[in-house]
Amino acid sequence: MWQYEKKLQYPVNIKNPNPKLAQFIITQLGGPDGELSASLRYLNQRYVMPYSEVKGILTDIGTEELAHVEMISAIIYQLTRNLSIDQIKESGFDTYFVDHTTGIYPVAASGTPFTAAYFQCKGDVITDLHEDMAAEQKARTTYDNILRMADDPDVRDPIRFLRQREVVHYQRFGEALRITQDNLNSKNFYACNPAFDANCGRRR
Amino acid sequence: MNERQILFNKIQKYSFAIKELNLYLDTHPDCRRALALFNKYNALLKDAEAEFNSRFGPITPLQTNDTQHWSWIDEPWPWERG
Repeated sequence: MWQYEKKLQYPVNIKNPNPKLAQFIITQLGGPDGELSASLRYLNQRYVMPYSEVKGILTDIGTEELAHVEMISAIIYQLTRNLSIDQIKESGFDTYFVDHTTGIYPVAASGTPFTAAYFQCKGDVITDLHEDMAAEQKARTTYDNILRMADDPDVRDPIRFLRQREVVHYQRFGEALRITQDNLNSKNFYACNPAFDANCGRRR
Repeated sequence: MNERQILFNKIQKYSFAIKELNLYLDTHPDCRRALALFNKYNALLKDAEAEFNSRFGPITPLQTNDTQHWSWIDEPWPWERG
């Protein structure tokens, strides 16, 4: 089970509201490569994993992603405080505002609501770990694109922290993949699926 | 039930009592009776967890105190038990 801690993983203190920024940063909450899909992906995939290292890393990164959901939500909240109706209309935030006011709702930058179709749980260790590594790189690219467009140092600082976590997670998933392959037939990693087939990839 | 299961069962019961009191206190923050019960079960949980950690291992990563092997990832994981 989970316990909530009343702290952000990394501080978010944004002085100036900026609904335009909020409208595209929100994609890291409810978009295709966002933190919510990352968390659900790892926390769903972990159940059938055959190796304790992989169960551990998926549990712990999936948990950290929930903290990133909270950080992105805090960024959106602080960027949309004390807005005037003129600011909302001029910034283009009006299309979000009409449906959600300034509530935090998981959507992509385009406005498309969050969907579980953003992630997969294939039930195959090699396949799922490759998806996880790709997902971390896609999130890293998204943060790079956000950093191209965001000038405010109060916003850039926590975004750079989140970007760096994608790189670390990618590294750990790569190690999980290597641990998995070390337990498989080195002549054919794909001969069987250790998350399903009996007598496949047992601990040496 | 073995000793591990008996102790673990106790931890689950104390944790659930604490969760119920937590929710109740969120909407009744000045209820002294609920506050006293929360403190009582919180103390019982702390003792039970300390005993569990020393005999059977960690329930959270912060409950480890390892020098040779990271026991956090040791099996079984909770979804693997009955």
